[in-house]
Amino acid sequence: MEANSQRFVAGHVSGLPRSGIRDFFAIVAAMPQAISLGIGEPDFVTPWHIREAAIFALEKGKTSYTDNLGLLRLRHEISKYVENNFNLSYHPEKEVLVAVGVSEALDIALRAVLNPGDKVLYHEPCYVSYSPSIKLAHAQPIRVGTSSEDQFSIDPDRVADAWEPGCKVLLLNFPTNPTGGVTDKVKLEKLAKFAVEKDLLIISDEIYSELTFEGNHTSIASLPGMRERTIFLHGFSKAYAMTGFRIGYACGPQPLIEAMMKIHQYSMLCAPILSQEAALEALKNGQPALARMKEAYQDRRDLIVERFNSIGLECHLPKGSFYAFPSIQSVGLESIDFCKGLLQKQEVAVVPGTAFGPSGAGFVRASFSTSYERIIEACDRIGKFVDTNK
Amino acid sequence: MSSVLQLIIEGERLDSAQMAQVLNLSEAEVESEIKRLKAEHVLLGWRPVLNPQCVQEDIIRAVIEVKISPERDGGFDRLAARISQFDAVESCYLMSGSYDLLIFARGADLREVASFVSERLASVSGVLSTATHFMLRAYKEQGHLLLSPNEGGDKPVVSP
Repeated sequence: MEANSQRFVAGHVSGLPRSGIRDFFAIVAAMPQAISLGIGEPDFVTPWHIREAAIFALEKGKTSYTDNLGLLRLRHEISKYVENNFNLSYHPEKEVLVAVGVSEALDIALRAVLNPGDKVLYHEPCYVSYSPSIKLAHAQPIRVGTSSEDQFSIDPDRVADAWEPGCKVLLLNFPTNPTGGVTDKVKLEKLAKFAVEKDLLIISDEIYSELTFEGNHTSIASLPGMRERTIFLHGFSKAYAMTGFRIGYACGPQPLIEAMMKIHQYSMLCAPILSQEAALEALKNGQPALARMKEAYQDRRDLIVERFNSIGLECHLPKGSFYAFPSIQSVGLESIDFCKGLLQKQEVAVVPGTAFGPSGAGFVRASFSTSYERIIEACDRIGKFVDTNK
Repeated sequence: MSSVLQLIIEGERLDSAQMAQVLNLSEAEVESEIKRLKAEHVLLGWRPVLNPQCVQEDIIRAVIEVKISPERDGGFDRLAARISQFDAVESCYLMSGSYDLLIFARGADLREVASFVSERLASVSGVLSTATHFMLRAYKEQGHLLLSPNEGGDKPVVSP
């Protein structure tokens, strides 16, 4: 009796909702001919020199475990990269941990610092794993909404309003998946001040930072006094189109990295050595390919945002990431109904904003990491769908 | 470089209206830019990139190394221009190294290319020697991988 087996599932797991993306995926998967703007990863294949480095490592018989924290050569390179690009200094031997993607780094960061019942402030709409990961760490997520009027940046006053006793962590992700929102230095400074005042730890997921199109990306960890209370998360998936390699890292003060390492060593043991070798090559020689991809994203962003606005779907200019997050409120449909209708009538897949939390209601996420031809065709069809529903 | 030209080089098959959308220009502006590029011989033409293995008609392709005598006025240019006129010559370049011209040639069959080399090319006054190499198989054609194209894995159609 399958149903009876349900009783073995832990309460805090059975209480988790299924990802809205998964449900929508099942519908889209049945329509392979549809144009999908629903893919949360780069359209590019990993640059050849990076793939070649992984193949070479395999040829050389590099098939072993590595140090729990990751190859020291890689940690040195990460430390150098983070110093040069984020103005942050971390000791490669004690303050850098190589993880199986930022997803794992975030999970072990949360588990390493949260006691049952602790509260975590996070901004929303956000990446699908944030709220569940907090709950899986037996903590309580406290949502701070962001809005299109503010280009989905964070409002420090709203963070202060949402704060309640028991809040221990503020989780940030700029540029943001799914909104492409970024935040400026002034706001970061206010957040930093608030974090000090309330003694909050910051966990900052900066996976899209290389894909910042306007202005310079600033890490909150680089602000005065913040290094000691920040875990900086970063990875290779988005900048170097390496999603399938599952490789990311965490940098932070030694006691925090040491605590994360305890969980990592008993669960993952280490990140796959081939992915670590590929990551090393990406850091050493990947900058030209990264620059080319970034330029391609920016041109596509300008096109899709212009098209959405001309169709009548109000869309802010995402300053980072490869996602546009247009409002569909002018159409008068719920996000999920808009997406299902668009898929059935015009065979275009976009992701309902509600997959990224209740604050995403009235929006959809469209990835512009695809060819001009597909973006134009998809927008033509979206335009037809909007016209017939007005 | 002109933004229109940059977009053409990227290789997507966009019409003028689509290019206008991408570049945030009017269609007329794109058309006039293309006209200018053609008039100034910057843009020489469009050709599709075909997979030689899939093209039905049998075509033999060869590269030919040619040594020629430079001339007092114009060096290699007059002879190179003259050789380039032959229909069998697809491309012709002046090279550094042990020979002077590198020719990419094509013909209906081996005999056609061979007769072009022996009867036409070698007999041009000033051509000192030729070395012909026939292409056996293409692995990459103008940036496109043929034997093992990137498949992109089993990418899900929707992902977070």
